[in-house]
Amino acid sequence: MDWTRILSDGVRSGLGMNAAVYALAAIGLNLQYGYTGLWNFGQAGFLLVGGYGTAIAVHSWGFALGWAVLVGVGAAIALGLVLGLPTLRLRADYLAIVTISAAEILRIVVNSTSVQSVTGGPQGIGRFANAFYDNNPIPRGRYGVGDITFTHRDLWVMTVTWALVGLASAMVFLLVHSPWGRVVRAIREDEDAVRALGKNVFAYKMQSLVIGGALGGVAGIMLVIDRQFVEPNNFPSAITFFAYAALILGGTARILGPILGAMAFWFLIEGTQSFLTQAVSNNFLGVDNVLTRTQVGPIRFAIVGLLIMLLVIFRPQGFLGSRTEVMIGD
Amino acid sequence: MTDGIDVTTVDSRPGAPKPDAVLVVDGVARRFGGLSAVLVEHLEIQRHSITALIGPNGAGKTTLFNVLTGFDRADEGRWSFDGTDLRGWPAYRIARRGMVRTFQLTKALAGMTVLDNMLLGAAGQTGERLRDATLRFRWKAEERAIGKRAAALLDEFGLADRRHDLAGTMSGGQRKLLEMARALMVDPQLVMLDEPMAGVNPALVETLLEHVRRVRATGRTVVFVEHDMDVVMSISDWVVCLAEGSVIAEGAPDQITSNERVIDAYLGRHHGAPA
Repeated sequence: MDWTRILSDGVRSGLGMNAAVYALAAIGLNLQYGYTGLWNFGQAGFLLVGGYGTAIAVHSWGFALGWAVLVGVGAAIALGLVLGLPTLRLRADYLAIVTISAAEILRIVVNSTSVQSVTGGPQGIGRFANAFYDNNPIPRGRYGVGDITFTHRDLWVMTVTWALVGLASAMVFLLVHSPWGRVVRAIREDEDAVRALGKNVFAYKMQSLVIGGALGGVAGIMLVIDRQFVEPNNFPSAITFFAYAALILGGTARILGPILGAMAFWFLIEGTQSFLTQAVSNNFLGVDNVLTRTQVGPIRFAIVGLLIMLLVIFRPQGFLGSRTEVMIGD
Repeated sequence: MTDGIDVTTVDSRPGAPKPDAVLVVDGVARRFGGLSAVLVEHLEIQRHSITALIGPNGAGKTTLFNVLTGFDRADEGRWSFDGTDLRGWPAYRIARRGMVRTFQLTKALAGMTVLDNMLLGAAGQTGERLRDATLRFRWKAEERAIGKRAAALLDEFGLADRRHDLAGTMSGGQRKLLEMARALMVDPQLVMLDEPMAGVNPALVETLLEHVRRVRATGRTVVFVEHDMDVVMSISDWVVCLAEGSVIAEGAPDQITSNERVIDAYLGRHHGAPA
């Protein structure tokens, strides 16, 4: 077994685009779920409208990429308003049902051949982010230490995305440490109590949903810029659940929770992939009697799932959360 | 004893007019299916008084509270608070207008500190607006002023040493105290307390009563729902008795204890023959 390789495969993934994109998506969920108590189970839909909004604005409308990014963010904000208006006055579970359905509906609609002229249908849209790579200030080459290296192209998109992660975290930090944040945290605890104190609970929930959704939109934009390609399969519901897994792993209602969680999540996913692939080809502990190479992909998710379950059982607050805050009831 | 308000001169039939009513209820009805949970033809609450709302279980006391404070909708009727018609107003606007309630099952925000609970109560905070929230310099001074007010109230309510503890770690009685103090942070004209003594350690009841008296002494009006007749008799200026959703009697505490209809509907059943 080449343990260095397993470790560097994990670390590369924990620093890479997947981790950065999921960190952004999870920061949005952290504001919505962690701080405000809103169950947005359709974060994948916010990534989708962000990604598609940007790609379509460049491809069909001929927008410059900078303006197209604003279209993507605007689309995510609009989605938040549309989903929030009918549901945020109702009980919390309605938002969960509506958001998860909306994300699936959107994915099916953009896949439809009836809108193929705009969305590209199943073929998707490609090469809309050339302007981003044309402005790459990093000289051509590979950068990194040991096995953990990135091309100038990857490093550029990673740097921008992690910078956005930093900005988003700073914004959420300022928000939740303000009187505004006090109101949303109180809504998470008991919204009737907040109403009784004269706060417009609906407006606060809407603001939190829209900001968190916009961060999801930004995550989607960076995801499709990285791939230079947007297609319906980029946005399965699994995105939402992986982002939640990352958030819970890192610790909800903690500023660094979603970042650490996303890094750890992708470290584990790629680390187990690397470990299992090697184990199968080296017959490590007789693994290849029970596992074939093609089964490695799905099995690693089962293993990571098991690890997360163990974590939730033995450390429900995640890496960074506060145990008393999680355990306290009323 | 009544802080310069003489409600004892008011006659004690249901719906009696008061010399200076802060809350006036007219024909308010709330039905659940065929059942009329609340059907109040007329009710006036005297300003700067402590009014108790009594009645057997299911009399509609909490439903009336919910309707008046915007937590439930009225099927019919109107009510005005300090001259403003509140019909159809959402709960948060009613609270901002100056009519603040507490809940039968306390809603202390368990995962937040006692101090944060208090700070939340202050009305009209600049930093609660999204556009100002990230600009700390805009609300720093205001936050400090609110903090001083909260500290003074916590001192008064004997909770000062718990201010950094999570509210969820406090006893039931302390949560009742916190909820009352938090309601005062809104600076309301009228405080509506839904069973403020329920589930409170008897040793703490006298403290809570003292706080209720002090709320009136600061120029506010108190309406409270209560089951314990000793409590009602000891602090109310006026007692309103509900049964099956309607006001069946009202009057000064000593008049109410001798009222036939009240005895039939309420006291008789729970207390045997009163003296």
